[in-house]
Amino acid sequence: MTDATQSPLPEPGLLARSLSVLSGNRTGVIGFVLVALIVGSAILAPWIVPYDPTAIMTGPRMAPPSAEHWLGTDNIGRDIFSRVIAGGRIAMLVAAASLTAALSAGLLLGLIAGLGPRWLDNLLLLVFDALRSFPTIVFGLAVVTIIGPSLFTVMLVVAITSVPIYARIVRTQTLALKNAEFILAERAMGVGLPRLLFVHVLPNVLGPLLILASMDVPLVIATEAGLSFLGMGVRPPTPSWGVILNDGYNFIRNSPWPVIGGSIPIILVTLGFTFMGEALRDIFDPKLRKAG
Amino acid sequence: MIFYATQRFVLSVVIVMVAVSILTLMLHVVPGDPAVMILGPRATPELIEQTRVAMGLDQPLPVQIVTFFGNILRGDLGQDVFTGRAVSQIVFEQLPYTLILITVSILWAAVLGIALGCYSALRRNTWLDTLTGVISVGTISIPAFVMALYSVLVFAVWLRWLPAIGAGEGFWDGVTHLILPSFAIGVSWVGYVARIVRASMLEVMGQPHVRMARAYGLPDGWITRSHILKIAVQPAVTLIGTGVAHLFSAAVFVEVIFARPGIGALIVQAVNERNYPIVLGAVLVTTGIIVLATLISDLVIAWIDPRQREEL
Repeated sequence: MTDATQSPLPEPGLLARSLSVLSGNRTGVIGFVLVALIVGSAILAPWIVPYDPTAIMTGPRMAPPSAEHWLGTDNIGRDIFSRVIAGGRIAMLVAAASLTAALSAGLLLGLIAGLGPRWLDNLLLLVFDALRSFPTIVFGLAVVTIIGPSLFTVMLVVAITSVPIYARIVRTQTLALKNAEFILAERAMGVGLPRLLFVHVLPNVLGPLLILASMDVPLVIATEAGLSFLGMGVRPPTPSWGVILNDGYNFIRNSPWPVIGGSIPIILVTLGFTFMGEALRDIFDPKLRKAG
Repeated sequence: MIFYATQRFVLSVVIVMVAVSILTLMLHVVPGDPAVMILGPRATPELIEQTRVAMGLDQPLPVQIVTFFGNILRGDLGQDVFTGRAVSQIVFEQLPYTLILITVSILWAAVLGIALGCYSALRRNTWLDTLTGVISVGTISIPAFVMALYSVLVFAVWLRWLPAIGAGEGFWDGVTHLILPSFAIGVSWVGYVARIVRASMLEVMGQPHVRMARAYGLPDGWITRSHILKIAVQPAVTLIGTGVAHLFSAAVFVEVIFARPGIGALIVQAVNERNYPIVLGAVLVTTGIIVLATLISDLVIAWIDPRQREEL
């Protein structure tokens, strides 16, 4: 990094910095391309699927990949490629909705813990620690017993289990900022809490939080697919990657293609978001790179 | 050290208590009669009333929670709704299967991960180092249940090397039935462990006390074992401690996919029957084990490295 006192050059802009980081980072580029492909296909799913993802007997049963069926067909002749693309829409929907909810709740609870009285801080920390000690899937199954399996249940489980991680980060940042000199100076000048929060705390907290969220997407998707695989998440015939894998598992001795087709997007999503998250971290916060 | 250990222990007990409260409260947050919810829509009124009294659901909520804590301390986790058997008995019958599975998975991860990590740190930028990097990213990207499906596909369906159904009978049969499931769980951790061990070894290797030891002319193997590895394995120990939660999640899938008995399979079956007392009991026991594992890994770290005891 150029030192301001030694060099007259101004700090490079965000775009220039992004390009310079990405130019030396092949995996970062791969990550952005994969994420763009997956998000794009999820948004455009209804227009790009070659067959109706729930239509049966679009071809022979359990056919291997061919020109008509790129990933083959499943046990009742549904086109796996169409189901995988449609399943991506479900996965992205769950990821977007539950991470938004978790981020908002985490932000709020983290601020409360950081700025509130000591006992409230301790109580919240205890609840976070308790929530984190549940295995995600096991906790998810307990919730399913109570409110039944559905897309909403999956989102709720993911949101609840991710909140503690975000809230803890917000809390740590808030505590650190609370006694920073520029904040003390502002407070001495009589600046109100809302301005402090929105102008100083929020921008400082949001960056690391968003990077973390992007790296959490694979976990969310694995949770959705996992619960759906167990029949405790998205219900058939709605195509979800977990449902596709479950159908494939039941016929694994007859045809490997549903399992292979259903698992490829999960692996690609994980690689894409992990690489993208690492690149984002390098672009926005070079300091974190050393710490991580 | 004793003070630190006591402090950590008390905190762990409190965390388990909060976790229990969250699970019990969950039943009451949702609108509707918990007894009806537990028994499902087709239960008769008599059965509902009977369950309500049996589970103490007719009592006020604080009384229920206190009673529940008291029962847990006496080792009573309630009764199975359908058969009336003690939940603790059912859970502890299945627990050994899961614990063995998880232990062997950790062994896979620790042995392969630490060996690969060490080797690639000592032989940096060789083909094995590069290969380890690729394997790390690859295995981390694949969720355990996908890994389990591929293990079945490759080793049981295509190659027919190993059995994929059940836990086997007798010792040797049990061992062959354990290889694939534990591999499926463990292999996702090989990458993590290898990466962390490699990174922390490289860091420690550059530190003054290691250079000093080298300058004194101490043998390389001695330095690696007594100075580098001791500090470098710490993040790996922490990882395994905090990772036990993930291991239990993975065990749920692996037990279902390989049709093995175990606590994960028990929970899935109980959820299908909407048998909340069993779900609750099983989740409780799992959570207790996880908190205990975290506690142990914290204490092991504090024992290896006295500097860590200060933090709390």
